[in-house]
Amino acid sequence: MISLKNVHKSYVTGSNSLHVLKGIDLEIETGEFVSIMGSSGSGKSTLLNILGILDNYDEGAYYLNGSLVKDMSEKKAAKLRNEMVGFVFQSFNLISFKNAMENVALPLYYQGVNRKKRNKIALEYLDKVGLLDWADHLPNEMSGGQKQRVAIARSLISQPKIIFADEPTGALDTTTSYEVMEMLKEINAGGITVILVTHEHDIAAMTQKIVRLKDGRIDQIIKNGDLKHFQHQYAKELETA
Amino acid sequence: MFDLDLWKEILSALKKNRMRSFMTAFGVFWGIFMLIIMSGAGKALENGVMDGIRAFASNSAFFWTERTSKPYKGFQRGRQWSYTNTDIEYIKANVKDIEYLSPRLFGPRGYEGDNTIRGKKTGSFNIYGDYPDFFKIDPWTPLKGRLINEIDILQSRKVVNIGERVVEVMFDKDEDPIGQYLKINGVYFQVVGVIKGETRVNIGGGRKNETIIMPFTTMQKTYNFGDDVHFFSVTSAPGVPVSRVEARLKELLKSRHKIAPDDMQAVGSFNIEVEWKKYMGLFTGIQILTWIVGIGTLMAGVIGVSNIMLVIIKERTQEIGIQRAIGATPGKVIMHIVAESVFLTVMAGYIGLALGVGLLELLNMALEAASSDADSIFFRSPEVSFQMAVGALSVLVISGILAGLIPAKRAVSIKPIDALRDE
Repeated sequence: MISLKNVHKSYVTGSNSLHVLKGIDLEIETGEFVSIMGSSGSGKSTLLNILGILDNYDEGAYYLNGSLVKDMSEKKAAKLRNEMVGFVFQSFNLISFKNAMENVALPLYYQGVNRKKRNKIALEYLDKVGLLDWADHLPNEMSGGQKQRVAIARSLISQPKIIFADEPTGALDTTTSYEVMEMLKEINAGGITVILVTHEHDIAAMTQKIVRLKDGRIDQIIKNGDLKHFQHQYAKELETA
Repeated sequence: MFDLDLWKEILSALKKNRMRSFMTAFGVFWGIFMLIIMSGAGKALENGVMDGIRAFASNSAFFWTERTSKPYKGFQRGRQWSYTNTDIEYIKANVKDIEYLSPRLFGPRGYEGDNTIRGKKTGSFNIYGDYPDFFKIDPWTPLKGRLINEIDILQSRKVVNIGERVVEVMFDKDEDPIGQYLKINGVYFQVVGVIKGETRVNIGGGRKNETIIMPFTTMQKTYNFGDDVHFFSVTSAPGVPVSRVEARLKELLKSRHKIAPDDMQAVGSFNIEVEWKKYMGLFTGIQILTWIVGIGTLMAGVIGVSNIMLVIIKERTQEIGIQRAIGATPGKVIMHIVAESVFLTVMAGYIGLALGVGLLELLNMALEAASSDADSIFFRSPEVSFQMAVGALSVLVISGILAGLIPAKRAVSIKPIDALRDE
């Protein structure tokens, strides 16, 4: 599904060049539930943005579903994003003057689906995330957890192959965080690849595979079976901290 | 292509920011409003002035006499002279390229005291002796009765045509003036026609509706003008510039009356062709100025729209980022912003156009209501042409597109990821 080969990325600001990703090799299979971890500045968000075709990279190769994603025209990238991937953000990124239903329906608008049809589909997806009664509400009338559920519904409506979630629980309390994670697990169980970025170990521990980044390189990949060990290590880190 | 969703998006975006949308739109509104008002006012001035002289035969010239300004052939300067019947006959016989020639005499002026009496009514009017050809140069319409004709001239009949104001002063309200007699400077004349001038400029000054016209020959004999001719009008033959005829006649008259060829003053003349061109130049100038100022104001408004669109883009960077993350193509984003800008501009412009035209219409109604005495109005029928309105609207659409295009280009030049990060 996803294959990264020696991907490099630097940000140039003025005369300074910041080398964020220093050669990433990564394989993610269809249906995996992966979290990307790392301290701030380790390049985890950058990696997610490159995976989500929101950002480009300088060197290396990125194959999405077998086709190379590199130097794509913005139009092509937009189309690919619309068809292949769904995004869930830390700050929800709902459009403030549209109600829940309209927010969910927006990706279909860009696919050219007519209003009646896409609103009907949007209601179905809102129902799936348990917010059917909130369809007419504006984002600022909803709680953080509700907003994130709307955002998840929006990311699902275009029936993507992959969901990218950038710190989806970062702005939520523990209970709602776990609710959201349950939802993502369900989505993953439905066959959709889910990749999320987090710096919370307990959240990462709910995924099947953890990719730990350190200074722009992959430090460690922890598979499902090793999670117990990881939790143990996490506890030790807490003790020493 | 009508995209209901696009319009819903635009309307909701504008509605979200009522005040800002209004202020922006006001700039454009004001620009187009001013353009229409100024253009209409310019046109009204033009109508007012041009209507006054439009009916004049455009190939006419008028001649009068002044004191000589140079000594010549034994005559001193400052000599007073007059045209004579023989001048007129000579010109008619010898000068080609003349279509109509109409000599005129000025009767005793009104300001020397009342010159017209009927029973207990008296009045002071402008009295002229004219040939029928005069009506072809400075047209008059008979409202009642008939115009002075050739037979009146031949028989030196004591008949007059009178203006509307003369009727008002000299007759009772329901009296028919035709066939009645007026005593003009001691002599009785029968009224044969009530006439109305089609031009508003009166040769020799005074009001056009205070005119009394009698046959030229009658006036010359009755009031002992001898052989004198005070004034004459000519029109050039079709295809001949009246300026050429004017120059030829001046030369001829100077030589016939022993006036220095380089005397610029003695033969007074006036040429509609030249005046017409002067006025046309003036009004073209006013129209050009109107467009410059109007377009300038409009530009300021459009720049305002562009500026506001930039601010909107800045405020909505994140929103645009989200839209692009979930699949909006750059084309779609540009389309959206440009459509919003064009909508705002055209809306505002259209309202400006409508209100401007409406105000002109009101002004027109007020002017018409106030102008019972149409002679004195030099500002009439303010209007804008259809071409002007269409032109202004196309300028609006184009400028709306331009105003939107710059911010739109900027919006899509920001990478979606940067747009999303912007918080």
